[in-house]
Amino acid sequence: MSDIASRVKAIIVDKLGVDETEVTPEASFTNDLGADSLDTVELIMEFEKEFNIAIPDDQAENIGTVGDAVSYIEENAK
Amino acid sequence: MEFRRVVVTGLGTINPIGNSIAEYWENLENGVGGAGMITHFDASKFKTQFACEVKNFDAKEHFDRKEVRKLDLYTQYALVAVKEAMADCDLDLESEDLTKAGVIWGSGIGGIKTFLDEVKGYANGDGTPRFSPFFIPKMISDIAAGHISMKYGFQGPNYGTVSACASSSHAIIDAMNYIRLGKADVFITGGSEASVNEAGLGGFNSMQALSTNNEEFETASRPFCKTRDGFVMGEGAGCLILEEYEHAKARGAKIYAEVVGGGMSGDAYHLTATHPEGRGAINSMNMALNDADLKPEDIDYINVHGTSTPVGDIPETKAVQTVFGEHAYKLNISSTKSMTGHLLGAAGSVEAIASILAMNNQTVPPTINHKEQDPQIDERLNLTLHKAQKREIRAALSNTFGFGGHNASVIFKSFSE
Repeated sequence: MSDIASRVKAIIVDKLGVDETEVTPEASFTNDLGADSLDTVELIMEFEKEFNIAIPDDQAENIGTVGDAVSYIEENAK
Repeated sequence: MEFRRVVVTGLGTINPIGNSIAEYWENLENGVGGAGMITHFDASKFKTQFACEVKNFDAKEHFDRKEVRKLDLYTQYALVAVKEAMADCDLDLESEDLTKAGVIWGSGIGGIKTFLDEVKGYANGDGTPRFSPFFIPKMISDIAAGHISMKYGFQGPNYGTVSACASSSHAIIDAMNYIRLGKADVFITGGSEASVNEAGLGGFNSMQALSTNNEEFETASRPFCKTRDGFVMGEGAGCLILEEYEHAKARGAKIYAEVVGGGMSGDAYHLTATHPEGRGAINSMNMALNDADLKPEDIDYINVHGTSTPVGDIPETKAVQTVFGEHAYKLNISSTKSMTGHLLGAAGSVEAIASILAMNNQTVPPTINHKEQDPQIDERLNLTLHKAQKREIRAALSNTFGFGGHNASVIFKSFSE
């Protein structure tokens, strides 16, 4: 697992209170990991802080799974 | 119009002298104080370095990790007290009409710690707003009522009351009135507060409202005493389940007391000082007696607001004398804030509970820490000093007064069919 993927996983485990094994690339924040709309906003903000990036709202809407988040950050992190 | 009757069928609390109703009563009866040096944060630079904190509270024992991040401490205390009261009243949620079950919950300030942390985070940053999406729904002082309703599925009237230190008394009065009027059959009511933090303590310190008697912190909450120098901040929650009498009777519920009257008024005088002659307090107590259809002679115990501030205690005793006349000398009066400290918006709820337990146990909890008679307070008043006193209590009145001049008085009556 890449460094980015493991840091993303750690944030999700911490914020959503889920087990590490549940955080698979296909897992959807809302459908599989129990996040509501506010949790999702919080996750995006945590990713921005952790990786020092800004994720515009229209891009954030497309980040629905763990894999989406990892790919986006890999492409955009400085 | 004939009002429906309202009874109390469940109690719950977490406060500086008890993490359950049983522990709370034991300490009230034995005159045990809850003050200690502040442990919630480093208070070494503050004028006041002590408070009545809740003890042995571990949020992890009550909430899972994801849940707890969304709950300010004031809401955590609320949910813990409600849990005890709901178990106590033994309501069968499966068979209840939950659209007739409401929540009215008081908090003077709401999530002040959440506000402090979020604003501090912003102020320490580079100006980029990174407020948590939970900032607002964690902080607002109505959110405890929202969380309670989600937990128990109560879909009836739902809101928070805000009137500083009278907040939870207003909640109880509103709940009583809505049951009387048939707007609901059951209410979860009461209040919670959690402001023992830098902003809460610092703010009240600047107002010169708090005792700064750090040397004698254990006995600093000393209502009516000549040497009192301010209130001691408390925290926690109190919950009462109010129920329409026939509804309670039909399900064979245990009945603690009847809620028979509420009085409310405004001082229309000053931001923080009470009116010198207790104008608002007089109106509030008179309204409560009238609402309860009781005469002053019917009251045996008054749980006074009695915060231990130099300016607050005198007008309240004057007001009691104005309302009760000669009967004032036959009453038992006590300030349980001498033990719990001042729970601000939650004060009305924990003191309502103290009044009810006093009635049930025929025992008046004491005003502790009193050392010296204040010549401005009539020495013929029985302030129940030092030790609890046994007596028959047919009805008890609980007073709370809030900054802004909000006054509320609630009367509980020993239950009989």
